[in-house]
Amino acid sequence: MEPILALETMKEGHDGSGLGLTLKDLGGEFAKLKKYPVLSGICSRDGKKLLDDYMKRAGFRLKHEWTPKIAPKKGVVARDHYFARAYDYPASCANLPMKAKEDLLMNTRLALRCLGEKDESIFAFSFYPDVITLKEVGDPLEVAEFFGLDRDRISAKIVLAQGRQNTNYAIYLYACHPFFIQGFCSMTNGENTAFVPIREYLSGRGFPGYMGYNSDSEVFTHILHYTVRQLGYPLHYYKDVITPLKAAEIDRRPDAGAVRLMKQSLRSLCIDGPNMVIGFTPDGTCFMVQDSKKLRPGVVGGAKGKYALMSEECGVDRAIPERERAKDIFPMKYDMVIVSPDAQEVRVWNQQQG
Amino acid sequence: MEPAAGVRLDNNHKLSLREFPYIVRWRDDRCKRCGRCTAVCPVKAIEATVKVQRTVTSSGAVPTPTAVRTVTQVVEQVTDMERYCVGCGSCTLVCPNEAIEPEFNPQNKLLHYKNKGGDAYKRGGRRNDPALSTLDRLKFTRISMLTDPALDAGRHEFRVRSLLGRVLPPEELPLVMENGRLAVDKSSGKFIPPVREIFPIMIGSMSIGALSPPMWEGLAMGVAYLNEVENIPVVMCSGEGGMSPRLLRSKYLKYFIIQIASGYFGWDEIVRAIPHMVEDPAAIEIKYGQGAKPGDGGLLMAQKVLKLIAKIRGVPQFVDLASPPTHQTKYSIEEAVAKMIQSMSMAWGFRVPVYPKISGTKTAKAVLNNLARNPYAAGLCIDGEDGGTGAAYNVSMDKMGHPIASNLRECYLDLVKQGKQNELPLIAAGGIGKKGNLAANAAALIMLGASAVAIGKYIMQTAADCFGDEYNRCNLCNTGKCPRGITTQDPKLYRRLDSDKVAERVVEVFKSADVELRKIFAPMGRSTEIPIGMSDGLSIDDKAIAERLGISYAC
Repeated sequence: MEPILALETMKEGHDGSGLGLTLKDLGGEFAKLKKYPVLSGICSRDGKKLLDDYMKRAGFRLKHEWTPKIAPKKGVVARDHYFARAYDYPASCANLPMKAKEDLLMNTRLALRCLGEKDESIFAFSFYPDVITLKEVGDPLEVAEFFGLDRDRISAKIVLAQGRQNTNYAIYLYACHPFFIQGFCSMTNGENTAFVPIREYLSGRGFPGYMGYNSDSEVFTHILHYTVRQLGYPLHYYKDVITPLKAAEIDRRPDAGAVRLMKQSLRSLCIDGPNMVIGFTPDGTCFMVQDSKKLRPGVVGGAKGKYALMSEECGVDRAIPERERAKDIFPMKYDMVIVSPDAQEVRVWNQQQG
Repeated sequence: MEPAAGVRLDNNHKLSLREFPYIVRWRDDRCKRCGRCTAVCPVKAIEATVKVQRTVTSSGAVPTPTAVRTVTQVVEQVTDMERYCVGCGSCTLVCPNEAIEPEFNPQNKLLHYKNKGGDAYKRGGRRNDPALSTLDRLKFTRISMLTDPALDAGRHEFRVRSLLGRVLPPEELPLVMENGRLAVDKSSGKFIPPVREIFPIMIGSMSIGALSPPMWEGLAMGVAYLNEVENIPVVMCSGEGGMSPRLLRSKYLKYFIIQIASGYFGWDEIVRAIPHMVEDPAAIEIKYGQGAKPGDGGLLMAQKVLKLIAKIRGVPQFVDLASPPTHQTKYSIEEAVAKMIQSMSMAWGFRVPVYPKISGTKTAKAVLNNLARNPYAAGLCIDGEDGGTGAAYNVSMDKMGHPIASNLRECYLDLVKQGKQNELPLIAAGGIGKKGNLAANAAALIMLGASAVAIGKYIMQTAADCFGDEYNRCNLCNTGKCPRGITTQDPKLYRRLDSDKVAERVVEVFKSADVELRKIFAPMGRSTEIPIGMSDGLSIDDKAIAERLGISYAC
């Protein structure tokens, strides 16, 4: 509930059109289910049957199901069934390497999405071990109360929460931040003006997960996934991909040769917009990164073990009021703030110095 | 009945002035008979002649009409189609009293008659179609408004740059991890194609020979200044016909794209200079076609092949220099294109991007797909039907070719389908700046998928005041009688042109285009990279075009 209350304090910065929550490193009833993939989504009564049939046919065995205790709220239209279900892998896949398992999980999620997208009978947001995603349209605080998050025992070490659904595209559940793909998750503040060329580039990579794009911000997550998982670059090169340096600046980097080539080859993924991106990677590293002109706000504050990465300082004040405020970090245009897993260490990586 | 012969009082054997594309309006009352207009007319369409006038006067209280015959000097337009007024307006420029001016005659029948002796009409210039092109109808409609702040074209940092050269897909980059950082794996032996960072508007191929020495020199000086002083990396293509031996050996060569076309003119000199080059050229362009005259080779008329041109091109003087329509030694796209690209790459040790130029055509995609599979192909230049030329048959110019907008767009979308849109840059040409909207046309093509655009006619018009337009004005480039001194090798004519002034204008044109591009990109929220393929930013008020280009319809 804490992040949502923080979100509430930043109300002036979002339009309250929806709430998206991605929880990672789960506690509570999921604490002992960490190795099992959790499917998060929403379905109708018909959709539930479709989903059950599909998962059964695919060989997934249901281990545990969590459903929010819905408290009806004015302004939030309740759907039939909200769920987070932990499954056991199909027997044939139990011993596959993690990469292959990730592909299986993603393809299953995409298949469910396709199955239920047309009549909105199934929404599948994430299917990955130790991750839960909740999304609904409406005022974030009301949606949180609607989900009963103020009463539930559900907890997580990493919580990504976003209160705006979409800037320029239709309000739709799949357009709601945060976006998730194979352990990578991000949410964004700002408009992505380079959306169409980026979408076309990602769609052409031949990777089935690069689809959807109901929101211009979804590409940020996919670029992250492409950079780190597909290309195998260390996380900080995400900054070089989305906001490439000038030629003269690259010349000063110790890895100039590689960065120069990357800039050319990944030219289509330059974001170019007023954006701030917050996200996490499968190992639990969280980060915040700005567009090349820092046209959007962003602040990181906290203490060892607990850090908040937020759009506005008032949100951090609400979440971690006891921190030493002088140590707050306001990343500038060349910076990438990287919080190590378990919030043990915060590092500011400067793009100019590499 | 026998036709009338001898003196024909009915003048039925003559054409009336209404048949001519331009009718010269001459004002008797203003003319002081200085003769400058008749002297300057490049086609001798007007001549000084005499007329007998009968004037009846009367004086006194009672009418006493008296007829007086006087001989008057007049300026008269000839009615010989071989000397038709081209409407250049040189006469108006030299007239001290504003007594003469050609006027366009939309009902003209030039094409009915301009084939005397079975010689089909040849001219220079561009397609005679003054209609608004698709490029000029495209609007930029996706403006960053209240949802997000727009950029400030005047204050924010902008990088209006593009890439020329084959770009490796990220999956193929030879990168390895070293101490937590990526590094280029030199031991991999992977070929990394050369790539140049350029300004997205380049000067297209116009040869020494087609252009006069001061014109070419002016362009070249302007380009060098833009690079060296203004930090705007504009590149310029030589056209077919070689380059000055000194330029080939100078440090400025890096700003020039050398063209090789089917006549290979000038390449003796270029090959001889290779061992002495201190810089690599920006690129090599292999010309397979030209938008203004698809299916036709280059053509430099004999009257333009004077001593300098003959020397640079390695040919005798005063002979027509016709490059064949195709490269004669090649027979198939797979073999022809690949071999030429390979050969040219090899000549410069694979350090120079080599790309072909074709005329806009429905078959462009076939060429593109061939290039997409060739790892040495550095791009593709597509020259649309509105491109210009120094000499061609009128029918080729007016009726042959493909508009650039949809041709470029379908090629780009084809690359998108293959995921190769960033690997093979597309250069669009033909009709950019037709109505003067250089930056807007360039930006529109970029948003349809071009990595860069090339201009020719526009820079001749803006930098050297070329008279030519889409009403067949002037278009004398093929005759060597360019009244502005742009496309002539006659020193008496080209001394009218000051190469320094041309260079100055080139710099002004590109500096203002740079500003205008920012003014377009800023409200659309683009500043770090040019918006290649950002088709959601474009709209047009025609549903069919919108559908064809895959953009939105706005009205």
